[in-house]
Formats: sequence, C-alpha cells, structure tokens
Amino acid sequence: MRNFATLTRMRVQLTLRNRMFLFFSVIMPFGFFFLYAGIFAHGHPVGVRYLLGPVIALTVMGSFWGLSAALVTFREQGILRRFHVTPVSPSDMLASSIVANFVLTMPTVIVEMLFARFIFHVTSFGNLVSAFLLIALGATAFASLGLVVASVTNTMQETQVINQLIWLPLIFLSGATIPLSQLPLAVRRVGLFLPATYLVTELQDAIYWSAAPWSRDILIAIGSLSVWAILTFFLSAQLFRWEPESKIPSKAKLLVAATAIPFLLLGIWENGSGRTISKSKAMMESLNAPAGPDSHSEQPR
Amino acid sequence: MATPIIQVENLVKSYGDVQAVRGVSFSVDEGEVFGLLGPNGAGKTSTVEILEGLRDLDGGRVSVCGLDPKRDSQALKHEIGAALQSTSLPDKLRVMEALRIFSSFYKRGRNPEELLKRFGLEEKRNTFYRHLSGGQKQRLALAMALVNDPKVLFFDEPTAGLDPQVRREIYDIIEELKREKKTIVMTTHYIEEAERLCDRVAIVDYGKVVALGTPRELKTRSGGTTRIEVRLAKPELDGAMKRLEGVADARELDGVHVLHSNRPPQTIVSLVKHLEAEGNELVSLEIASPSLEDVFIEMTGRRLRD
Repeated sequence: MRNFATLTRMRVQLTLRNRMFLFFSVIMPFGFFFLYAGIFAHGHPVGVRYLLGPVIALTVMGSFWGLSAALVTFREQGILRRFHVTPVSPSDMLASSIVANFVLTMPTVIVEMLFARFIFHVTSFGNLVSAFLLIALGATAFASLGLVVASVTNTMQETQVINQLIWLPLIFLSGATIPLSQLPLAVRRVGLFLPATYLVTELQDAIYWSAAPWSRDILIAIGSLSVWAILTFFLSAQLFRWEPESKIPSKAKLLVAATAIPFLLLGIWENGSGRTISKSKAMMESLNAPAGPDSHSEQPR
Repeated sequence: MATPIIQVENLVKSYGDVQAVRGVSFSVDEGEVFGLLGPNGAGKTSTVEILEGLRDLDGGRVSVCGLDPKRDSQALKHEIGAALQSTSLPDKLRVMEALRIFSSFYKRGRNPEELLKRFGLEEKRNTFYRHLSGGQKQRLALAMALVNDPKVLFFDEPTAGLDPQVRREIYDIIEELKREKKTIVMTTHYIEEAERLCDRVAIVDYGKVVALGTPRELKTRSGGTTRIEVRLAKPELDGAMKRLEGVADARELDGVHVLHSNRPPQTIVSLVKHLEAEGNELVSLEIASPSLEDVFIEMTGRRLRD
C-alpha cells in the first residue's frame, strides 16, 4: 500500500513536469471545450450544457494516450527494470498509474464545468452524482485501456499508431463529435458496440437530462463500464512486462478478446432495442424545445 | 568455513535458440568481492540477472542469501541491491527524489541524506536525472543500490562507458564497500578492474566458466610468463615464433604476434636475430607483465577486448 502511494505521488509529479501531458490533459480538452461551447453551441447556455457530456467524455477518454505513452517509455528506457529489482509489484505499478491519472484528470473536468458556469452561464449541471460516477469509471476504464495498449506494443511508435487507431472511432463513432442520431445507420450500428458511446450518451443524459444514478440507462452504463474496467485492468496486469525484450504472452490475444464481451453483449441488445439512439435523438430535439432540457424530467423514461 | 551466501550450480539460460549461459557454477562467500570477467555476450549479465530474480533460469540451481530468487523473490529483493546495465530513471526525476522514493520501498534502510553525501551528490540533490553526467548517473545508481543497506550487492558493468578518471572514482567507492565487508558480485570486461577490485574472479566465455580463482592464482596458473606483443612488417609463421628462445607459447591475434616468454631478454634478442636473418622488420614491440588477459588468451585463444 505504501509503495502504491509513493508511486502514485511520483507519477503525478512526473506527469506535471511533462510537456506532453500539458498537451493531452490541458490544451486538447480545453480546445475541445471552447470549440464545442463557442462554435457548435454558439455560446448558448442550453447548448453548452447539452455539449458538456461529449466534451467531458473526450477529456476522460483522452486518459489512455498519456498513460500508454508513459508506460511504454518507462519500459523502453529500462526504467521499469530498475523498479523490478525492488519489492515493487506489477499491481503497485499499474494501480498507481490509474489513480495518478484520475487525480490529474479531475481538475481538468472541474475547470471545464467552471468555464461552463462562469463564461457560458450554464446554471445547472443536471445530476452531478451520476456524472461523477460515470467520469470516475470512464477515467479508470480508459486508463486501463492505455495500460493494455502499452503492454501489447513494444515501441513508442507502435503505441502511437495503435492510439490513433483507437482514438478515431472513439471520437467519430461514439457521438462525441457528431450526434449519434445524425450518423448513417451502418455507422450507428458499429458505434453501439463501443464503450465510448455509452459514456458519451449517459454523461449527456446525466448532465443535460439530469438522469439519476438509479435510472435504468445510467445503471446499465455504470454496470458495463465497471465490468469492462475490471476486465481491462485484469488484462493489463496479465500482460505487464518489466523488460523491454520480454515477449508478449501468447494467451494475450484471447484475453484481449474477452474484454470485448460486455460491450459486445450490450451492443447486440442495443442494436435490437434502439434505446440509446432514440434517446440521443430526443436529447438533440429537445434543444429546440422552448422549455429546454428540464421539461424532460417529467416524461416517462 | 560458513556456507556461501551465493551458490550457483550448473546454471543454464537460453534465449530462443541462443544458449547464453551453458552450465555456470560458482559460489561466493560472505564479505567477498566476486568478479565475472569476460567479453560482451559471455553470459555475465544473464547470470547476474537470474541471481537478482529478474530472469528465470532454464536449468541448474541458484540460491542467494539462502533464498531461491524466483520463488522467494519478494523476500530476496529486501536483501539485495543492484546497479543494473541498460537501465535509466525518469528524465525529470530529481536526485534526492529518486533516493527517497527507492528507499521507501524497503523495510530496512539507510538515510538518503547520508548516501547523498557519501556519493558526492549533495550539490546535485535537486538536479533532474537527465541533466546528470555519465559519472554522476553511475554514482547515483550505486547510491540507489545501497538504500536498503543490502547484504549482497550486484554491480553489472559498473564502469562501462565511463572515462578513466570517473572509473577510478567508482573503484574508490567499491573499495570502500569492500572494506565494509559487503558481499559484492560484479561483472566487467576490464582486466584491471577485476585485478584491482575482486577477491576472486571467474573468467567467462561463451556461457561457461573457463577459469576461477584469485587474480594471483590465475596469473600463476598461466605460468607467470611475460607477454611480448610484436607487430611485424611481413607475416611470420607461428611455428617460427614458438622456436624463439624462452618462448612458452606463441599465437597470432589480429595480425599481432603474442608471445609468452619465461626469459624476456633472451626472447627479444633471439627475435631480432631471427628477423634479421629473414629480412623482416619490427614495426612495434610491447612488453606486458602477467595479467588476467594472458589467462584469457590462454584459455580461449582470443583477446579480451576493451
């Protein structure tokens, strides 16, 4: 436990000294925020509140970039080996990465909310408990994903290629940039298999439509994100390598496939029921309703 | 005599098709400085990293402080300290932070302040790792190996790539640890390092121990002959060289005739006479007193390259 705390502090400190962190955790999220709030929402408070879900989801999902890069660099440069001769365990190393990431992501999310409140006059953030739960789980799950990426790649270059391949569907198929209901049907069907889609939609549901933590869709999102986060973290521990030249275990591919199960099931179900898509559509349509988002709360869900 | 603190029996380690360690055996007593001397790729690092618990062995048995490095790796790590090869610290970690962080991992520990002083790093306490010179990085690596006041220290090529002056600094540090009766296992491919620092040396080549003993023993075993290295204008047959007066052994290594002589003056006189008769000329001649290099040449027929 003490090793874990020491490592977490070290990771936070090192990340704050790193310029790449500044880009991924500060410049990029705030860039998205002002792009969405200022241009897409034309600065209207209701529009900003509507878009806050996708913006925060992007901030949270960005976790995996920095984390995978940091772990691969640590391994490539032989830094992990130095820790390997000490009593530090792989789980100390991995859990500290995730907690450090959480500690570093939360301030960015809070500042985004403060910007929304004081620059764009958003007066309500819907259900903050639901939002916080989703943010915490999202940060953990996507940080674990970053650790997995770091474990299945050998060099920084490989990591960045994989990161790009993951990042593009995350932002374009999840409804984070283009609302789900505006996407072509085929793309929508694919998007329903992505964890990102549920993070985006349910964050929006929580902030814009004030969905309570016990409402059905939030529970489903929290449940599937939790299972996914646990599986991904477990996988990252299985795949963890201290040495740059040690091989990726052959069972890895099977395990990677196993982590896809929760969202594969949810995706199949959602493709049948169409709940998430119709909600996304309804949320967008309510933007133009004179009464705004809060009139929705009385509707049956 | 007490049981050895490190025991290695018939150690085998392969990487794919390459056998890096092919049946290495030795033991190290408490308080001893033990050296593994050999060229790059001889299997020294693999051997040491198995003892540290960083790598799995493929065959044989090892024990360190009475522990199995694989099974009892957690307990062992509290007992050992190591300065590894091809390792690094995060660029933007400060010297003092590194010492504090690493000392926090252990049950037992030395005061990081004291280590900072002892290794002459006081002025660098707040310097980022990446701004340290090669020598400072190595001193920090040695200081970090001591944070848990370990029973056994492993130094893998502690002076590789350092300039001669810095190398001597590191020697002083190791000699001081030796006076404190620390058990040290070190690898090196520098002859003078092994001769100066080690109580006993195992000469390793192609994953095998080719000779083992104190530096003095090893040198006597090689006959206590003087090495004469001769470069000639025209090639000469080894046979002719062997017939020179006082020559016990003659080999050609990369265009240099290496002669081992019991009576160097006579050998040189007879060499000059021989060359005159053959119409050959001497390009250069060097005389070296007996060293572990001679043992290596004798055992392997090759030179141990610096």
